[in-house]
Amino acid sequence: MTDPLLSIRDLTIALPKGADRRYAVEDVSYDVERGEIMCVVGESGSGKSMAANALMGLLPKGVRATHGEVIFDGQNLLTLTEKQHRRLRGLRIGMIFQEPMTALNPLMRVGAQIAEVFEAHGQYSAKERQARALALLEEVGIPQPDKAIRAYPFQLSGGQRQRVMIAMALALEPELLIADEPTTALDVTTQAQILELIRDLQQRRGMAVMFITHDFGVVAEVASRVCVMREGRIVELGSADEVLNHPQHAYTRALIEAIPSNLIPQAQSPRQQAPLLEVRDLNKVFRSRGGLFKPAREVVALRDVSFQLAPGETVGIVGESGSGKSTLGRCVVRLERPDSGTLLLSGTDFSALNKSELRRQRWRVQMIFQDPYASLNPRTRVGYAIAQGPMANGVSRRDAMKQAGELLDLVGLGAVAVDRFPHEFSGGQRQRIGIARALALNPELIVADEAVSALDVSIQAQILELLEDLKQKLSLSLLFITHDLRVAAQICDRIIVMQHGRIVEQGSAEAVFLSPQEAYTKQLLDAIPGRATELASA
Amino acid sequence: MLYVRLITMRLLKAVVVLFMIIIFNFVLIQLAPGDPAAILAGEAGATDEEFLRQLRERFGLDQPMYVQLWRYVSGVAMLDFGFSYRQQMPVLDLILARLPATLLLTGTAFVLSLALGIVAGSLAAARVKKPSGSIIMALALLFYATPLFWVALMSVVLFSVYLDLLPAYGMYTVGAGHTGMALVLDVAKHLVLPATTLALFFMAIYTRMTRASMLEASQQDFVKTARAKGLKNSVIQRRHILRNALLPIITLAGLQAGQMVGGAILTETVFAWPGIGRLMFEALQQRDYNLLLGIFFFSAALVIVFNIITDLVYRLADPRIKEAS
Amino acid sequence: MSFFARFAQNRGALVGLIILMTIILMAILAPFVFPESPWRMVQRPFLPPMEVEGFPLGTDTMGRNVAAGIMHGAWVSLLIGLVSTSVALMIGVPLGAIAGYYGGLVDDALMRFTEFFQTIPNFALAIVLVAIMQPSITSIVLAIAIVSWPPVARLVRAEFMSLRHREYVEAARLVGQTNRTIILRQILPNTLSPIIVLASLMVATAILLESALSFLGLGDPNVMSWGYMIGAARTVIRQAWWLSFFPGVAILLTVLALNLVGEGLDDALNPKLARERS
Repeated sequence: MTDPLLSIRDLTIALPKGADRRYAVEDVSYDVERGEIMCVVGESGSGKSMAANALMGLLPKGVRATHGEVIFDGQNLLTLTEKQHRRLRGLRIGMIFQEPMTALNPLMRVGAQIAEVFEAHGQYSAKERQARALALLEEVGIPQPDKAIRAYPFQLSGGQRQRVMIAMALALEPELLIADEPTTALDVTTQAQILELIRDLQQRRGMAVMFITHDFGVVAEVASRVCVMREGRIVELGSADEVLNHPQHAYTRALIEAIPSNLIPQAQSPRQQAPLLEVRDLNKVFRSRGGLFKPAREVVALRDVSFQLAPGETVGIVGESGSGKSTLGRCVVRLERPDSGTLLLSGTDFSALNKSELRRQRWRVQMIFQDPYASLNPRTRVGYAIAQGPMANGVSRRDAMKQAGELLDLVGLGAVAVDRFPHEFSGGQRQRIGIARALALNPELIVADEAVSALDVSIQAQILELLEDLKQKLSLSLLFITHDLRVAAQICDRIIVMQHGRIVEQGSAEAVFLSPQEAYTKQLLDAIPGRATELASA
Repeated sequence: MLYVRLITMRLLKAVVVLFMIIIFNFVLIQLAPGDPAAILAGEAGATDEEFLRQLRERFGLDQPMYVQLWRYVSGVAMLDFGFSYRQQMPVLDLILARLPATLLLTGTAFVLSLALGIVAGSLAAARVKKPSGSIIMALALLFYATPLFWVALMSVVLFSVYLDLLPAYGMYTVGAGHTGMALVLDVAKHLVLPATTLALFFMAIYTRMTRASMLEASQQDFVKTARAKGLKNSVIQRRHILRNALLPIITLAGLQAGQMVGGAILTETVFAWPGIGRLMFEALQQRDYNLLLGIFFFSAALVIVFNIITDLVYRLADPRIKEAS
Repeated sequence: MSFFARFAQNRGALVGLIILMTIILMAILAPFVFPESPWRMVQRPFLPPMEVEGFPLGTDTMGRNVAAGIMHGAWVSLLIGLVSTSVALMIGVPLGAIAGYYGGLVDDALMRFTEFFQTIPNFALAIVLVAIMQPSITSIVLAIAIVSWPPVARLVRAEFMSLRHREYVEAARLVGQTNRTIILRQILPNTLSPIIVLASLMVATAILLESALSFLGLGDPNVMSWGYMIGAARTVIRQAWWLSFFPGVAILLTVLALNLVGEGLDDALNPKLARERS
């Protein structure tokens, strides 16, 4: 009936010289209609945020649009002067970002930061601005808005900060809201709340939303239409129903299938063997040391945690940030020392070993780390990085290096990789190297701490496949720590749900996912984005 | 209440540091080659054995070491820094008489360098890659690399000898007998050259720091947020970038206070400014070690005062710290 | 891009390197160009520059050749700058590494110690040390090292603190490597580039400190140094400006060159930062 609110036509954005490709996006065209939520989906490096940055006039230095137009309400935004552009930002187009922790000025009160939006566009008196800021905070559902308005950002939680960001973006009732990965940095339950808030506000105000995300689950929750991007080009464009349920392009299908949650785990036959790992009444409290006038602070990370892990079994520890799941993993590998409790590893009390004894026995439990970019020493060749473990345990350098080659072959990188440096590998490949390193000592148990969380979905799927494969070949025992229930569902035999340092529920993966007993587990499962759609289509 | 607690804590810490300096001084005297009595007397009449014997008795140098330490520490604690045999006056009196001049000089230079440095640094940050920005940075580097005493000497040659614009020596015109406003003006005129030369080096440091800090702050996410609000660039620079960039500069300013006291020794020497820096130079030339150590102690105390002030300012500027403490 | 290509991209750094090379050359050639001691009186005093052949920079109050003093002084400045920086690194790097790696009480104790040295006004401490130990090359080097190690310790500590919980370090601990191996092989190599950059700037600061000490009459009485030349000419500044001027320019150029080279090293060793900065 009418022209779309926003129309992107043949947009091409050039990257500066020396980047890994010439164009960030190439010949991209899509529309955003009034009152709809348009989801732009893609993995990292797909150029999904570029068009949004171009239309806001916020492209990074050296990056510029070379071709095409971005028509917003009849006006080509690419030809605007900085001054004209500025008048549009905040007033007619609002934007929220991924990192609520850093997106607010740490030195300004929340109220002042919201009032700034009115000030930037010369609206209302100072007093009126404060009143409106308060009303906005109320609208986005911040508890005790009269207090929050005087708070500094560091006094708010991540979810609350993202609400403040939303309040700011919506202050002048823009016609278009751009949300750039607004929930990626948040816990699942907070993510569900923020998604609901955005959906709710969008409907109430009838504005258009351009929602940029990497997560198809989130897409299923909010999208009216979807645009799938890959390496700077549009792969598929259509209504949410079409793209999610009848994807045409192989890449889209692969992405949707890569979401692990489509599998409901098979029941495993119960094992009768003696446990490999037996954790009894583990407690850990972190204390910040107090000073002369400063009270000490305590954070309880683990409280009476007990569980068992049978040989060849994969146990998943799931929970949100602050649940103590990572501390548990670090206690098991003895990077942290538990305050009390025992850690029996095939009968030896791992928590009671003294320093030198521990160093000699460390090979028995190894770890796969989260961040593929931080887990390899940038100055050490990959082969040597893997060989260091066996060498520290008395294997000769020659044998250790030979074994490193074999392991690299096993994880699918080929033995030739030994002489290369970490920076020559992609994130997924580095994670394979990390796995090879963990295998090098033939450990009895491997702890994987958020081992696939930093990876794109398609890479995530490959790494999970590799782990599954290795599990079969080497009959590995795995303690798999993750915040992502969909990942846990795919790889774990048993699941332990943690909250505030306690185990809330444990049982077979099937039991926990299909008939959760505890309210918190149900809440976590309900918060998984896209779950409703998935169950409907299943 | 919070501030009272904070200041008490800092003062306690300061007492500990000063105590350590006293011990440090004591150890230095012991380590010095030669007879400690001669050193304390500034080698005055080192040939006179009788005089040295009297000194040893007087300073208790014939006593066991711990008694000596106790006497020294308790003496300094009572602000007794001993006697300057060269100047025939108690060390404390000498220092106190010279302290106001030093405070005036370093205070002026501190404010001047900080204000100008922040302004120049913000300008340079806003004009990255433009010629004006590069010129500011080149000048800052030049001042940073120039020896302070040499700038002082050259400015004497230029402004005093050749141009005859400003007085080069002393704090006021001797024998002019100025009073009231005339005296203030006279001192101000004498202050221009020493304060400016002392400030130049520190201005260079603050300029470089401000620019680096602002460029770093401008990479932060909240700057993007501010732009998305439609704020003017000048407002973003001032309210968001500069405010965040100032925090590390305050810290640096506190650390640099010690350097400034050191710089004052050189400027006061060149300009014959009657402060403790000049006094230190005189003590050096006369090998008056007792006086030297007294001045050393006082300059450290001065730095501690500067540090406490910057600490308080930092707490005013950063709301996150209040919460934490 | 090679290390040198990245370094040479910073044109200032290239200029700095050329100046520095020239000064090093001056220091090496000094004994050949002016084989006689720079302390020797060779002409009438107060000879202005360019007036008599062989005395391009004139003579000083005692009739000594200023040009000879400057060339011989280059050697002293560079030597003291390098040696005192090395000594400061030998104190600061281990202290910072141990404090940053072990943390806790060890860190607390070492950092209080470092803070103490940072609180004492640098230059005043150096003066007191040299005055009491009696001026000599050794006492000057020691005094400069003692006042300049704290920033090294703080830098190394900060780097170690940020790296010690890096996942690759934890992985090294998990495979059973000893603390010694982890500190020397995993962490230290990754802190080298900021240390190198800081060291190049420290050499510059050390040269400034040495010249200031000599200016106050605390130089080694047996070696000719730029600071001494300026200090000796201070009282005759009205009659003979050049006596202070030329040694000052020499100091200025050396310190400037070292700073430029330091910035170039920073760009070359931390290419990511350099790109962001421009």
